[in-house]
Amino acid sequence: MRETAYWTWFIIAAIVILIFAGLHMVVMHLSMLGVFNPEGGAVTNWGNVAFRSQNQFLAFTYIILLGAALYHGLYGLRTIVFELGPKKSFQDTFTVLLWIVGLVLFAIGTYAAIAAKSLELAL
Amino acid sequence: MEKGTNITVFIRRFDPEKDPAPRQQQYTLHVERGMTVLDGLHMIKQTQDPSVGFRFSCRMGVCGSCGMMINGVPGLSCNTQILDVATTALTLAPLPNFNLIRDLVPDLVPMFGVIKGLQPYIQRNDVEEMENPTMEYFQTPHQLEEYLQFSYCIKCGSCMAACPTMATDKEYLGPAPLTQAYRYNTDSRDDAGDARRDLVAASHGIFNCHYAGECSNVCPKGVDPARAIQLMKKDLVLRYFGLGKHKCAHLCKKPDRSTYKPKIEAAPFTIGQ
Amino acid sequence: MDNKQYDNHLGIIGWLGGGRWGVERYLYILHRVTGLGILLFFLIHIFASSMRMYGPETWAAAMAILKNPIFKLGEFFVFVAFAFHALNGIRLILIELGLAVGKAEEPIYPYKSSLNNQRPLMVIVMVVVAILIIAGGYNTFFGSH
Repeated sequence: MRETAYWTWFIIAAIVILIFAGLHMVVMHLSMLGVFNPEGGAVTNWGNVAFRSQNQFLAFTYIILLGAALYHGLYGLRTIVFELGPKKSFQDTFTVLLWIVGLVLFAIGTYAAIAAKSLELAL
Repeated sequence: MEKGTNITVFIRRFDPEKDPAPRQQQYTLHVERGMTVLDGLHMIKQTQDPSVGFRFSCRMGVCGSCGMMINGVPGLSCNTQILDVATTALTLAPLPNFNLIRDLVPDLVPMFGVIKGLQPYIQRNDVEEMENPTMEYFQTPHQLEEYLQFSYCIKCGSCMAACPTMATDKEYLGPAPLTQAYRYNTDSRDDAGDARRDLVAASHGIFNCHYAGECSNVCPKGVDPARAIQLMKKDLVLRYFGLGKHKCAHLCKKPDRSTYKPKIEAAPFTIGQ
Repeated sequence: MDNKQYDNHLGIIGWLGGGRWGVERYLYILHRVTGLGILLFFLIHIFASSMRMYGPETWAAAMAILKNPIFKLGEFFVFVAFAFHALNGIRLILIELGLAVGKAEEPIYPYKSSLNNQRPLMVIVMVVVAILIIAGGYNTFFGSH
Protein backbone atom coordinates (compact mmCIF):
# COMPACT_ATOMS: atom_id res chain seq x y z
CA MET A 1 0.00 0.00 0.00
CA ARG A 2 3.07 2.21 0.18
CA GLU A 3 2.81 3.10 -3.48
CA THR A 4 -0.74 4.40 -2.90
CA ALA A 5 0.60 6.89 -0.36
CA TYR A 6 3.46 7.96 -2.66
CA TRP A 7 1.08 8.41 -5.57
CA THR A 8 -1.67 10.20 -3.63
CA TRP A 9 0.85 12.78 -2.40
CA PHE A 10 2.18 13.04 -5.96
CA ILE A 11 -1.33 14.12 -7.04
CA ILE A 12 -1.75 16.45 -4.05
CA ALA A 13 1.62 18.02 -4.92
CA ALA A 14 0.36 18.50 -8.50
CA ILE A 15 -2.65 20.45 -7.23
CA VAL A 16 -0.44 22.52 -4.91
CA ILE A 17 1.88 23.33 -7.85
CA LEU A 18 -1.10 24.31 -9.98
CA ILE A 19 -2.20 26.88 -7.38
CA PHE A 20 1.17 28.19 -6.23
CA ALA A 21 2.92 28.16 -9.62
CA GLY A 22 -0.08 30.06 -10.97
CA LEU A 23 0.46 32.64 -8.23
CA HIS A 24 4.20 32.65 -9.01
CA MET A 25 3.42 33.40 -12.68
CA VAL A 26 1.11 36.26 -11.71
CA VAL A 27 3.76 37.79 -9.45
CA MET A 28 6.63 37.35 -11.90
CA HIS A 29 5.05 38.05 -15.26
CA LEU A 30 2.24 40.54 -14.75
CA SER A 31 4.56 43.48 -14.11
CA MET A 32 1.68 45.94 -13.91
CA LEU A 33 1.16 44.58 -10.38
CA GLY A 34 3.45 47.15 -8.76
CA VAL A 35 2.65 45.83 -5.28
CA PHE A 36 5.17 43.02 -5.69
CA ASN A 37 7.78 45.16 -7.51
CA PRO A 38 8.09 48.46 -5.67
CA GLU A 39 11.38 49.37 -7.35
CA GLY A 40 9.83 49.23 -10.81
CA GLY A 41 11.63 47.97 -13.90
CA ALA A 42 12.38 44.28 -14.35
CA VAL A 43 11.05 41.79 -11.80
CA THR A 44 14.58 40.47 -11.35
CA ASN A 45 16.03 43.79 -10.10
CA TRP A 46 17.65 43.28 -6.70
CA GLY A 47 15.31 45.71 -4.92
CA ASN A 48 12.26 43.79 -6.16
CA VAL A 49 13.80 40.40 -5.34
CA ALA A 50 14.76 41.53 -1.84
CA PHE A 51 11.28 42.96 -1.30
CA ARG A 52 9.62 39.69 -2.26
CA SER A 53 12.00 37.69 -0.07
CA GLN A 54 11.16 39.89 2.89
CA ASN A 55 7.45 39.46 2.37
CA GLN A 56 6.65 36.54 4.66
CA PHE A 57 3.69 35.34 2.60
CA LEU A 58 5.68 35.24 -0.65
CA ALA A 59 8.65 33.54 1.04
CA PHE A 60 6.21 30.97 2.42
CA THR A 61 4.72 30.32 -1.05
CA TYR A 62 8.25 29.87 -2.45
CA ILE A 63 9.04 27.17 0.10
CA ILE A 64 5.72 25.35 -0.40
CA LEU A 65 6.15 25.47 -4.18
CA LEU A 66 9.75 24.29 -3.90
CA GLY A 67 8.81 21.28 -1.79
CA ALA A 68 5.78 20.31 -3.89
CA ALA A 69 7.59 20.73 -7.21
CA LEU A 70 10.60 18.73 -6.03
CA TYR A 71 8.43 15.87 -4.78
CA HIS A 72 6.26 15.84 -7.91
CA GLY A 73 9.20 16.07 -10.30
CA LEU A 74 11.40 13.50 -8.61
CA TYR A 75 8.57 11.01 -8.13
CA GLY A 76 7.74 11.42 -11.82
CA LEU A 77 11.39 10.77 -12.70
CA ARG A 78 11.39 7.70 -10.44
CA THR A 79 8.29 6.33 -12.18
CA ILE A 80 9.86 6.79 -15.61
CA VAL A 81 13.17 5.23 -14.58
CA PHE A 82 11.42 2.28 -12.91
CA GLU A 83 9.46 1.65 -16.09
CA LEU A 84 12.71 1.21 -17.98
CA GLY A 85 12.99 -2.06 -16.08
CA PRO A 86 16.17 -1.71 -14.00
CA LYS A 87 17.26 -4.28 -11.44
CA LYS A 88 15.62 -4.39 -8.02
CA SER A 89 18.80 -3.35 -6.23
CA PHE A 90 19.14 -0.33 -8.53
CA GLN A 91 15.51 0.62 -7.84
CA ASP A 92 16.08 0.67 -4.08
CA THR A 93 19.31 2.67 -4.39
CA PHE A 94 17.65 5.09 -6.79
CA THR A 95 14.76 5.74 -4.39
CA VAL A 96 17.17 6.54 -1.54
CA LEU A 97 19.29 8.70 -3.87
CA LEU A 98 16.26 10.71 -4.98
CA TRP A 99 15.24 11.31 -1.35
CA ILE A 100 18.71 12.64 -0.61
CA VAL A 101 18.87 14.83 -3.73
CA GLY A 102 15.38 16.16 -3.04
CA LEU A 103 16.08 16.99 0.60
CA VAL A 104 19.41 18.67 -0.22
CA LEU A 105 17.83 20.81 -2.96
CA PHE A 106 14.97 21.68 -0.63
CA ALA A 107 17.47 22.79 2.02
CA ILE A 108 19.43 24.93 -0.48
CA GLY A 109 16.29 26.57 -1.85
CA THR A 110 14.83 27.24 1.58
CA TYR A 111 18.13 28.66 2.82
CA ALA A 112 18.31 30.92 -0.27
CA ALA A 113 14.79 32.19 0.32
CA ILE A 114 15.49 32.99 3.98
CA ALA A 115 19.17 34.03 3.72
CA ALA A 116 18.39 36.80 1.27
CA LYS A 117 15.98 38.14 3.85
CA SER A 118 18.51 38.25 6.68
CA LEU A 119 21.11 39.68 4.27
CA GLU A 120 18.81 42.50 3.31
CA LEU A 121 18.02 43.21 6.97
CA ALA A 122 21.75 43.41 7.76
CA LEU A 123 22.39 45.90 4.98
CA MET B 1 -13.63 -17.45 -59.96
CA GLU B 2 -15.90 -14.98 -58.24
CA LYS B 3 -14.98 -11.36 -58.02
CA GLY B 4 -12.33 -10.57 -55.50
CA THR B 5 -8.99 -8.91 -55.24
CA ASN B 6 -5.40 -9.94 -54.82
CA ILE B 7 -3.55 -8.45 -51.89
CA THR B 8 -0.02 -8.81 -50.60
CA VAL B 9 0.28 -10.35 -47.15
CA PHE B 10 3.43 -9.72 -45.13
CA ILE B 11 3.84 -12.21 -42.32
CA ARG B 12 6.51 -11.98 -39.66
CA ARG B 13 8.19 -15.37 -39.46
CA PHE B 14 10.32 -16.73 -36.67
CA ASP B 15 11.59 -20.27 -36.35
CA PRO B 16 13.36 -20.64 -32.99
CA GLU B 17 15.63 -23.37 -34.38
CA LYS B 18 16.83 -21.46 -37.45
CA ASP B 19 16.27 -17.72 -37.10
CA PRO B 20 18.20 -15.54 -34.66
CA ALA B 21 15.55 -12.83 -35.09
CA PRO B 22 12.15 -12.56 -36.82
CA ARG B 23 12.05 -11.95 -40.56
CA GLN B 24 9.34 -10.87 -42.95
CA GLN B 25 7.87 -13.14 -45.61
CA GLN B 26 5.60 -12.11 -48.46
CA TYR B 27 2.59 -13.94 -49.90
CA THR B 28 -0.03 -13.04 -52.47
CA LEU B 29 -3.56 -13.91 -51.47
CA HIS B 30 -6.84 -13.81 -53.34
CA VAL B 31 -9.32 -12.15 -51.00
CA GLU B 32 -13.08 -12.15 -51.19
CA ARG B 33 -15.66 -10.23 -49.23
CA GLY B 34 -16.29 -11.80 -45.82
CA MET B 35 -12.89 -13.42 -45.53
CA THR B 36 -11.34 -12.99 -42.10
CA VAL B 37 -7.65 -12.70 -41.41
CA LEU B 38 -7.77 -16.18 -39.89
CA ASP B 39 -9.40 -17.54 -43.08
CA GLY B 40 -6.58 -15.90 -45.04
CA LEU B 41 -3.96 -17.54 -42.86
CA HIS B 42 -5.63 -20.93 -43.33
CA MET B 43 -5.67 -20.34 -47.09
CA ILE B 44 -1.96 -19.53 -47.12
CA LYS B 45 -1.20 -22.58 -44.97
CA GLN B 46 -3.24 -24.89 -47.23
CA THR B 47 -2.18 -23.60 -50.64
CA GLN B 48 1.18 -21.87 -50.31
CA ASP B 49 3.25 -22.52 -47.20
CA PRO B 50 2.41 -25.24 -44.66
CA SER B 51 5.08 -23.99 -42.27
CA VAL B 52 3.24 -20.79 -41.23
CA GLY B 53 2.54 -21.04 -37.51
CA PHE B 54 -0.45 -19.41 -35.87
CA ARG B 55 -2.74 -20.22 -32.98
CA PHE B 56 -6.52 -20.39 -33.07
CA SER B 57 -9.31 -22.36 -31.54
CA CYS B 58 -12.89 -21.15 -31.67
CA ARG B 59 -12.84 -19.00 -34.86
CA MET B 60 -15.55 -16.71 -33.40
CA GLY B 61 -14.00 -14.24 -30.99
CA VAL B 62 -14.60 -16.21 -27.81
CA CYS B 63 -11.40 -18.07 -26.92
CA GLY B 64 -8.78 -15.33 -27.27
CA SER B 65 -6.15 -17.53 -28.92
CA CYS B 66 -5.63 -15.70 -32.19
CA GLY B 67 -4.65 -12.22 -31.06
CA MET B 68 -2.06 -10.66 -33.37
CA MET B 69 -0.91 -7.34 -34.79
CA ILE B 70 -3.05 -6.69 -37.86
CA ASN B 71 -1.65 -3.75 -39.84
CA GLY B 72 0.02 -2.50 -36.67
CA VAL B 73 -3.01 -2.75 -34.41
CA PRO B 74 -3.57 -5.60 -31.96
CA GLY B 75 -6.76 -7.55 -32.53
CA LEU B 76 -8.29 -10.97 -33.03
CA SER B 77 -7.61 -12.39 -36.48
CA CYS B 78 -10.90 -14.32 -36.41
CA ASN B 79 -13.20 -11.31 -36.09
CA THR B 80 -11.30 -8.95 -38.38
CA GLN B 81 -12.25 -9.02 -42.04
CA ILE B 82 -9.34 -8.50 -44.39
CA LEU B 83 -11.13 -6.02 -46.66
CA ASP B 84 -12.12 -3.91 -43.65
CA VAL B 85 -8.49 -3.22 -42.79
CA ALA B 86 -6.57 -3.64 -46.06
CA THR B 87 -7.01 -2.80 -49.72
CA THR B 88 -3.62 -3.75 -51.15
CA ALA B 89 -1.35 -4.91 -48.34
CA LEU B 90 -1.89 -6.70 -45.05
CA THR B 91 0.86 -6.92 -42.42
CA LEU B 92 0.62 -9.58 -39.75
CA ALA B 93 2.94 -9.78 -36.75
CA PRO B 94 2.84 -11.53 -33.40
CA LEU B 95 1.65 -9.56 -30.36
CA PRO B 96 4.59 -7.61 -28.95
CA ASN B 97 5.42 -7.32 -25.23
CA PHE B 98 5.36 -11.11 -24.95
CA ASN B 99 8.06 -13.63 -25.69
CA LEU B 100 7.75 -15.09 -29.14
CA ILE B 101 7.39 -18.86 -29.48
CA ARG B 102 7.12 -19.10 -33.25
CA ASP B 103 5.81 -17.08 -36.24
CA LEU B 104 2.56 -15.50 -34.98
CA VAL B 105 2.42 -17.31 -31.65
CA PRO B 106 3.27 -15.26 -28.54
CA ASP B 107 3.81 -16.86 -25.14
CA LEU B 108 0.83 -15.70 -23.06
CA VAL B 109 1.71 -17.86 -20.04
CA PRO B 110 3.38 -15.04 -18.02
CA MET B 111 0.15 -13.02 -18.32
CA PHE B 112 -1.93 -15.98 -17.14
CA GLY B 113 0.47 -16.33 -14.21
CA VAL B 114 -0.02 -12.69 -13.19
CA ILE B 115 -3.81 -13.01 -13.49
CA LYS B 116 -3.71 -16.13 -11.34
CA GLY B 117 -1.56 -14.34 -8.77
CA LEU B 118 -4.25 -11.67 -8.37
CA GLN B 119 -6.75 -14.31 -7.15
CA PRO B 120 -9.42 -14.00 -9.85
CA TYR B 121 -12.10 -15.99 -8.04
CA ILE B 122 -14.68 -15.26 -5.39
CA GLN B 123 -13.42 -15.69 -1.85
CA ARG B 124 -15.52 -15.31 1.26
CA ASN B 125 -14.62 -14.94 4.89
CA ASP B 126 -17.07 -17.70 5.84
CA VAL B 127 -15.40 -20.66 4.19
CA GLU B 128 -18.14 -23.10 5.18
CA GLU B 129 -20.78 -21.05 3.37
CA MET B 130 -18.53 -20.72 0.34
CA GLU B 131 -17.85 -24.46 0.08
CA ASN B 132 -21.38 -25.66 0.92
CA PRO B 133 -23.70 -22.78 0.12
CA THR B 134 -27.12 -22.77 1.76
CA MET B 135 -28.59 -20.34 -0.74
CA GLU B 136 -27.78 -18.15 -3.69
CA TYR B 137 -26.03 -14.83 -3.25
CA PHE B 138 -28.50 -12.26 -4.45
CA GLN B 139 -27.32 -9.27 -6.38
CA THR B 140 -29.19 -6.24 -7.62
CA PRO B 141 -28.92 -5.40 -11.34
CA HIS B 142 -26.85 -2.39 -10.30
CA GLN B 143 -24.35 -4.58 -8.43
CA LEU B 144 -24.10 -6.82 -11.48
CA GLU B 145 -23.51 -3.87 -13.80
CA GLU B 146 -20.57 -2.68 -11.69
CA TYR B 147 -18.39 -5.58 -12.79
CA LEU B 148 -20.18 -7.22 -15.73
CA GLN B 149 -18.27 -5.26 -18.39
CA PHE B 150 -14.93 -6.41 -17.02
CA SER B 151 -15.99 -10.05 -16.84
CA TYR B 152 -16.10 -10.25 -20.65
CA CYS B 153 -12.28 -10.42 -20.83
CA ILE B 154 -11.04 -13.37 -22.91
CA LYS B 155 -7.33 -12.94 -21.99
CA CYS B 156 -6.24 -12.55 -25.62
CA GLY B 157 -3.39 -10.19 -24.67
CA SER B 158 -4.29 -7.41 -27.13
CA CYS B 159 -4.27 -4.79 -24.36
CA MET B 160 -0.88 -6.00 -23.12
CA ALA B 161 0.51 -5.57 -26.64
CA ALA B 162 -0.89 -2.03 -26.90
CA CYS B 163 0.24 -0.84 -23.46
CA PRO B 164 3.29 1.49 -23.57
CA THR B 165 4.28 0.63 -19.98
CA MET B 166 4.38 -3.08 -20.90
CA ALA B 167 6.83 -2.26 -23.70
CA THR B 168 9.69 -1.67 -21.25
CA ASP B 169 8.55 -2.80 -17.80
CA LYS B 170 8.42 -6.59 -17.57
CA GLU B 171 7.41 -6.44 -13.91
CA TYR B 172 4.33 -4.31 -14.62
CA LEU B 173 1.16 -6.27 -13.94
CA GLY B 174 -0.52 -5.16 -17.15
CA PRO B 175 -4.03 -4.02 -18.12
CA ALA B 176 -5.68 -7.44 -18.33
CA PRO B 177 -4.65 -8.68 -14.84
CA LEU B 178 -5.47 -5.32 -13.22
CA THR B 179 -8.91 -5.39 -14.83
CA GLN B 180 -9.53 -8.87 -13.46
CA ALA B 181 -8.47 -7.73 -9.98
CA TYR B 182 -10.97 -4.87 -10.23
CA ARG B 183 -13.67 -7.16 -11.56
CA TYR B 184 -13.47 -9.35 -8.45
CA ASN B 185 -12.99 -6.42 -6.07
CA THR B 186 -16.27 -4.83 -7.19
CA ASP B 187 -18.18 -8.10 -7.03
CA SER B 188 -20.56 -7.75 -4.09
CA ARG B 189 -20.14 -11.45 -3.19
CA ASP B 190 -16.38 -11.20 -2.68
CA ASP B 191 -14.48 -10.56 0.56
CA ALA B 192 -10.82 -10.68 -0.57
CA GLY B 193 -10.55 -7.07 -1.76
CA ASP B 194 -7.85 -6.16 0.75
CA ALA B 195 -5.48 -8.91 -0.43
CA ARG B 196 -5.89 -7.89 -4.06
CA ARG B 197 -5.51 -4.19 -3.26
CA ASP B 198 -2.19 -4.93 -1.55
CA LEU B 199 -0.99 -6.78 -4.66
CA VAL B 200 -1.97 -4.12 -7.20
CA ALA B 201 -0.81 -1.11 -5.16
CA ALA B 202 2.77 -2.39 -5.00
CA SER B 203 5.71 -1.05 -7.00
CA HIS B 204 5.23 -1.76 -10.75
CA GLY B 205 1.53 -2.05 -10.01
CA ILE B 206 -1.51 -0.01 -10.84
CA PHE B 207 0.16 3.41 -10.54
CA ASN B 208 2.33 2.73 -13.57
CA CYS B 209 -0.78 3.18 -15.70
CA HIS B 210 -0.77 6.71 -17.11
CA TYR B 211 -3.88 6.51 -19.23
CA ALA B 212 -2.44 6.25 -22.70
CA GLY B 213 -5.85 4.65 -23.28
CA GLU B 214 -4.65 2.25 -25.92
CA CYS B 215 -5.80 -0.90 -24.12
CA SER B 216 -9.43 0.24 -24.31
CA ASN B 217 -9.04 1.23 -27.96
CA VAL B 218 -7.90 -2.22 -29.06
CA CYS B 219 -9.95 -4.52 -26.78
CA PRO B 220 -11.89 -6.84 -29.09
CA LYS B 221 -14.57 -7.44 -26.44
CA GLY B 222 -15.22 -3.86 -25.30
CA VAL B 223 -13.92 -4.60 -21.80
CA ASP B 224 -12.30 -1.17 -21.32
CA PRO B 225 -9.32 -2.00 -19.06
CA ALA B 226 -8.39 1.70 -18.78
CA ARG B 227 -11.71 2.43 -17.10
CA ALA B 228 -11.31 -0.44 -14.63
CA ILE B 229 -7.81 0.71 -13.71
CA GLN B 230 -8.85 4.34 -13.13
CA LEU B 231 -11.86 3.27 -11.04
CA MET B 232 -9.55 1.07 -8.99
CA LYS B 233 -7.17 3.99 -8.42
CA LYS B 234 -10.13 6.02 -7.20
CA ASP B 235 -11.02 3.21 -4.79
CA LEU B 236 -7.42 2.98 -3.53
CA VAL B 237 -7.12 6.73 -2.94
CA LEU B 238 -10.49 6.89 -1.17
CA ARG B 239 -9.41 4.04 1.09
CA TYR B 240 -6.11 5.80 1.77
CA PHE B 241 -8.18 8.62 3.25
CA GLY B 242 -10.43 6.14 5.05
CA LEU B 243 -13.42 6.81 2.82
CA GLY B 244 -13.74 3.41 1.16
CA LYS B 245 -17.13 1.83 0.69
CA HIS B 246 -18.13 -1.35 2.47
CA LYS B 247 -19.62 -3.85 0.13
CA CYS B 248 -22.91 -5.64 0.44
CA ALA B 249 -21.26 -8.98 1.20
CA HIS B 250 -20.82 -8.02 4.84
CA LEU B 251 -24.40 -6.82 5.14
CA CYS B 252 -26.22 -9.81 3.64
CA LYS B 253 -28.06 -11.78 6.26
CA LYS B 254 -26.83 -15.32 6.37
CA PRO B 255 -29.58 -17.93 6.35
CA ASP B 256 -29.90 -20.18 9.36
CA ARG B 257 -28.13 -23.39 8.44
CA SER B 258 -29.92 -25.54 11.04
CA THR B 259 -33.38 -24.91 9.60
CA TYR B 260 -32.29 -25.01 5.97
CA LYS B 261 -34.07 -27.56 3.81
CA PRO B 262 -33.32 -27.56 0.09
CA LYS B 263 -36.43 -27.61 -2.08
CA ILE B 264 -34.94 -30.38 -4.19
CA GLU B 265 -32.85 -32.97 -2.42
CA ALA B 266 -29.36 -33.59 -3.82
CA ALA B 267 -29.12 -36.65 -6.00
CA PRO B 268 -27.74 -39.61 -4.03
CA PHE B 269 -25.09 -40.47 -6.60
CA THR B 270 -23.31 -37.10 -6.90
CA ILE B 271 -19.53 -36.98 -6.97
CA GLY B 272 -17.92 -37.58 -3.62
CA GLN B 273 -20.68 -39.77 -2.22
CA MET C 1 12.38 -25.13 -25.28
CA ASP C 2 11.81 -21.93 -23.31
CA ASN C 3 15.30 -20.60 -23.82
CA LYS C 4 14.75 -20.53 -27.58
CA GLN C 5 12.02 -17.88 -27.27
CA TYR C 6 12.57 -14.45 -28.77
CA ASP C 7 12.07 -11.43 -26.51
CA ASN C 8 9.48 -9.43 -28.41
CA HIS C 9 9.10 -6.50 -25.98
CA LEU C 10 8.99 -3.27 -27.92
CA GLY C 11 11.34 -1.38 -25.60
CA ILE C 12 11.37 2.39 -25.45
CA ILE C 13 10.07 2.61 -29.04
CA GLY C 14 6.83 1.27 -27.59
CA TRP C 15 6.44 4.48 -25.57
CA LEU C 16 6.51 6.58 -28.70
CA GLY C 17 3.71 4.63 -30.31
CA GLY C 18 3.96 5.48 -33.97
CA GLY C 19 1.57 4.07 -36.48
CA ARG C 20 -2.12 3.86 -35.87
CA TRP C 21 -2.55 4.79 -32.25
CA GLY C 22 -5.06 7.14 -30.61
CA VAL C 23 -4.55 10.78 -29.63
CA GLU C 24 -4.28 9.96 -25.92
CA ARG C 25 -1.22 7.83 -26.61
CA TYR C 26 0.60 10.87 -27.97
CA LEU C 27 -0.60 13.05 -25.10
CA TYR C 28 0.87 10.42 -22.76
CA ILE C 29 4.33 10.63 -24.30
CA LEU C 30 4.17 14.44 -24.58
CA HIS C 31 3.22 14.62 -20.91
CA ARG C 32 6.26 12.51 -20.09
CA VAL C 33 8.67 14.54 -22.24
CA THR C 34 7.40 17.92 -21.03
CA GLY C 35 7.58 16.67 -17.44
CA LEU C 36 11.25 15.76 -17.82
CA GLY C 37 11.91 19.13 -19.52
CA ILE C 38 10.25 21.05 -16.71
CA LEU C 39 12.21 19.05 -14.12
CA LEU C 40 15.47 19.99 -15.86
CA PHE C 41 14.41 23.65 -15.98
CA PHE C 42 13.36 23.52 -12.33
CA LEU C 43 16.73 22.20 -11.14
CA ILE C 44 18.51 24.99 -13.05
CA HIS C 45 15.97 27.48 -11.70
CA ILE C 46 16.67 26.47 -8.10
CA PHE C 47 20.41 27.05 -8.55
CA ALA C 48 19.99 30.29 -10.51
CA SER C 49 17.51 31.74 -8.05
CA SER C 50 19.65 30.64 -5.11
CA MET C 51 22.33 33.04 -6.35
CA ARG C 52 20.50 35.66 -4.28
CA MET C 53 22.02 34.27 -1.10
CA TYR C 54 25.44 35.61 -2.23
CA GLY C 55 24.16 39.19 -2.36
CA PRO C 56 23.19 41.80 -4.99
CA GLU C 57 26.36 41.65 -7.15
CA THR C 58 26.32 37.91 -7.74
CA TRP C 59 22.59 38.12 -8.35
CA ALA C 60 22.97 40.88 -10.95
CA ALA C 61 25.76 38.94 -12.69
CA ALA C 62 23.58 35.81 -12.82
CA MET C 63 20.66 37.77 -14.21
CA ALA C 64 22.92 39.34 -16.85
CA ILE C 65 23.76 35.85 -18.19
CA LEU C 66 20.04 35.10 -18.47
CA LYS C 67 19.55 38.16 -20.73
CA ASN C 68 21.02 36.06 -23.59
CA PRO C 69 18.43 35.49 -26.39
CA ILE C 70 19.06 31.73 -26.08
CA PHE C 71 17.43 31.85 -22.65
CA LYS C 72 14.49 33.80 -24.06
CA LEU C 73 13.85 30.96 -26.50
CA GLY C 74 14.39 28.49 -23.66
CA GLU C 75 11.88 30.39 -21.55
CA PHE C 76 9.31 30.05 -24.34
CA PHE C 77 9.88 26.29 -24.52
CA VAL C 78 9.48 26.06 -20.76
CA PHE C 79 6.25 28.02 -21.03
CA VAL C 80 4.90 25.71 -23.76
CA ALA C 81 5.87 22.63 -21.75
CA PHE C 82 4.38 24.10 -18.61
CA ALA C 83 1.08 25.09 -20.28
CA PHE C 84 0.69 21.62 -21.77
CA HIS C 85 1.79 19.71 -18.68
CA ALA C 86 -0.44 21.75 -16.34
CA LEU C 87 -3.63 21.52 -18.40
CA ASN C 88 -3.14 17.93 -19.51
CA GLY C 89 -2.32 17.24 -15.87
CA ILE C 90 -5.74 18.56 -14.83
CA ARG C 91 -7.31 16.18 -17.33
CA LEU C 92 -5.23 13.26 -16.06
CA ILE C 93 -6.06 14.00 -12.41
CA LEU C 94 -9.77 14.02 -13.21
CA ILE C 95 -9.40 10.76 -15.14
CA GLU C 96 -7.13 8.92 -12.72
CA LEU C 97 -9.34 9.77 -9.78
CA GLY C 98 -12.14 8.09 -11.70
CA LEU C 99 -14.15 11.27 -12.27
CA ALA C 100 -14.05 11.48 -16.07
CA VAL C 101 -14.15 7.86 -17.20
CA GLY C 102 -17.84 7.10 -16.66
CA LYS C 103 -19.32 4.00 -15.10
CA ALA C 104 -18.98 0.41 -16.17
CA GLU C 105 -21.54 -0.41 -18.81
CA GLU C 106 -22.43 -3.48 -20.81
CA PRO C 107 -20.31 -3.56 -23.98
CA ILE C 108 -22.54 -3.36 -27.04
CA TYR C 109 -20.97 -3.31 -30.50
CA PRO C 110 -19.68 -0.87 -31.76
CA TYR C 111 -17.90 -0.60 -28.42
CA LYS C 112 -17.56 2.70 -26.63
CA SER C 113 -14.92 3.10 -23.96
CA SER C 114 -13.84 5.51 -21.25
CA LEU C 115 -11.89 7.31 -23.96
CA ASN C 116 -15.21 8.49 -25.37
CA ASN C 117 -16.22 9.74 -21.92
CA GLN C 118 -13.14 11.91 -21.54
CA ARG C 119 -12.86 13.11 -25.13
CA PRO C 120 -14.81 16.40 -24.72
CA LEU C 121 -12.55 17.23 -21.77
CA MET C 122 -9.49 16.38 -23.86
CA VAL C 123 -10.65 18.65 -26.71
CA ILE C 124 -11.37 21.58 -24.37
CA VAL C 125 -7.99 21.16 -22.66
CA MET C 126 -6.09 21.05 -25.96
CA VAL C 127 -7.90 24.15 -27.28
CA VAL C 128 -6.98 26.05 -24.10
CA VAL C 129 -3.36 24.86 -24.44
CA ALA C 130 -3.23 26.09 -28.05
CA ILE C 131 -4.63 29.50 -27.06
CA LEU C 132 -2.13 29.78 -24.19
CA ILE C 133 0.81 28.84 -26.41
CA ILE C 134 -0.16 31.39 -29.08
CA ALA C 135 -0.69 34.12 -26.48
CA GLY C 136 2.55 33.26 -24.68
CA GLY C 137 4.51 33.15 -27.92
CA TYR C 138 3.15 36.53 -28.95
CA ASN C 139 4.07 37.98 -25.56
CA THR C 140 7.57 36.46 -25.60
CA PHE C 141 8.61 37.43 -29.11
CA PHE C 142 6.54 40.55 -29.85
CA GLY C 143 5.72 41.80 -26.33
CA SER C 144 6.83 45.21 -25.07
CA HIS C 145 9.43 43.95 -22.55
